[in-house]
Amino acid sequence: MIRARGLTKSFKVKKETITAVDGIDLDVAEGELVAFLGPNGAGKSTTLRLLTTLADPTAGTATVAGHDIAREPAAVRRRIGYIGQGNGAGHYHHVRDEVVVQGRAYGLGWRDAGRRADELLEALQLTPMAKRTAGTLSGGQRRRLDIAMGLVHAPPLLFLDEPSTGLDPQNRANLWEHVLEVRERFGTTLFLTTHYLDEADTFAQRVLVIDHGRVIADDTPERLKADLAGDTIFLGLDTPDDAASVGDAAAGLPGLHEFVADGTEVRLRVPGGNRVLPEFLRALDQRAVRVRSAEVARPTLDDVFLALTGRSLREEVATATDATPGEADNEEVPA
Amino acid sequence: MTAALNDAITIFVRQSLPNWRSPGGLLFGMLQPLVFLGLFGPLLGGVDGMTATAGGDSWLWFVPAVLIMLALFGTTGTGYMLLTEMQTGSHERLLVTPVGRVAMLAGRTLTDVAMLVAQAVLVVLVMLPFGLRPDVFGVLVSFVVLGLLGLAFGGLSHALAIACRKHQESFYMVQSSLLFPLLFLSGLMLPLEYGPGWMQAVGRWNPLTYVVEGIRALFVGDLAAAAVWQGTLCALALAIVGVALGARAMRRANA
Repeated sequence: MIRARGLTKSFKVKKETITAVDGIDLDVAEGELVAFLGPNGAGKSTTLRLLTTLADPTAGTATVAGHDIAREPAAVRRRIGYIGQGNGAGHYHHVRDEVVVQGRAYGLGWRDAGRRADELLEALQLTPMAKRTAGTLSGGQRRRLDIAMGLVHAPPLLFLDEPSTGLDPQNRANLWEHVLEVRERFGTTLFLTTHYLDEADTFAQRVLVIDHGRVIADDTPERLKADLAGDTIFLGLDTPDDAASVGDAAAGLPGLHEFVADGTEVRLRVPGGNRVLPEFLRALDQRAVRVRSAEVARPTLDDVFLALTGRSLREEVATATDATPGEADNEEVPA
Repeated sequence: MTAALNDAITIFVRQSLPNWRSPGGLLFGMLQPLVFLGLFGPLLGGVDGMTATAGGDSWLWFVPAVLIMLALFGTTGTGYMLLTEMQTGSHERLLVTPVGRVAMLAGRTLTDVAMLVAQAVLVVLVMLPFGLRPDVFGVLVSFVVLGLLGLAFGGLSHALAIACRKHQESFYMVQSSLLFPLLFLSGLMLPLEYGPGWMQAVGRWNPLTYVVEGIRALFVGDLAAAAVWQGTLCALALAIVGVALGARAMRRANA
């Protein structure tokens, strides 16, 4: 569905060249749900803009829905849906009108577009708002309207740029319900960017981690967590003297990432901690180490990001969103 | 070609729908010209020599001025709407559809032209009971010329908007600092003959002057006057330049 090779986008900002997307390779198969995860300014949105023909790449190629983004942008546009960060409906336009117009924009006749609009408004629980202006909708309703517009031509591939940013937890859950239902019903391939770790973790089949314009990891959330972060096992010991014995025993664990002893508290990171722990405790028993408490903490994608970059995504997102509401890489200055 | 036409119609309908749904906005846009008609028009009657300039009927001189003002103020601000839509994301959403860029400009600008002509018709109808007696054929032709003017300024306004998209606040600064000199140097509000020689000389270089004179001649019914074809030609030339610049900007905005 998507195949990109060496995709690059540079901007010139005040005589300085900034490479927002730095030679990205990516492949997305039909029917996949892929999340693009990274801090603000990492190049997520710019990559999406390249793939959706909103911007031209400085270098590299990409085929989206069977067509080249540079040579056949019109063919790409016909086959993809795109839900951007902003709100797609005009403030003073009626809800239903905008969906109908969107259908027309994809070449449906007025009548078909009208029928399709009614169908989508119904599916997204927007029928009661059909005759209201989009400006009067709540944040969650507006986002659902964006989805209705993005689906009007039943695209086989749908791009979503931070679909749930700014929504409260209830609306986020509701939005995801609709997104997953669409995927189930139409087999739509979904490619989305997010900086919500839990979203990528829960819903995505595959997560691409992007930082400084490069893809630095690409796998299922489970494997990323197991391979790159691992589980953390916390042990409470009777005496600090036992810590060395624990260290010796841990050295034999396959894939041990980290071992930290702090007094009677010992912490080690290892893949599959829940499976390792019982055997490990027995081994400690044989070494006459008395363990008073044991706990396994499952990793989050934040741990993955931390392991990959040495920085916490959670903090980056928090500081970046405070400073700039939109993505910094939205600047549209061609090189 | 048919696809482009289809796209333009789609965008035209999209832009027009809010007006059709609540036509009150159309009247609101007419408030300013009506204020000029009600509060500036009567003053002209008191200006010495004005009656002679206007050929005995100051309405025939002033109503065309108000229509052209309608074209200037109504369509030069349209680019700002685009800027707003660029910011909220509704323009971006359309950019991802197969709709052609030039068709987008055409649809948007024609929406303003349609609104302009509708308002012009209303102004003329409103003024009939107050003694406006224009040449019927002349008035119909002047609506066409007015439409061309709207096309010109709509196109230019979009080009300006796209040029200003990084600094939105500069849009209205540039727009008004171009608009008012253009307006006063066209003899729109008061005859240029009342001004000093340099103003008259500069006014001769202002294409809008010819359009103003052309529409006035059309209202009077002086269809054979040189002002008629000169004004029409100027409006046409402005429309071609405006639409070309607007289309170029629209294509480039989506780099």
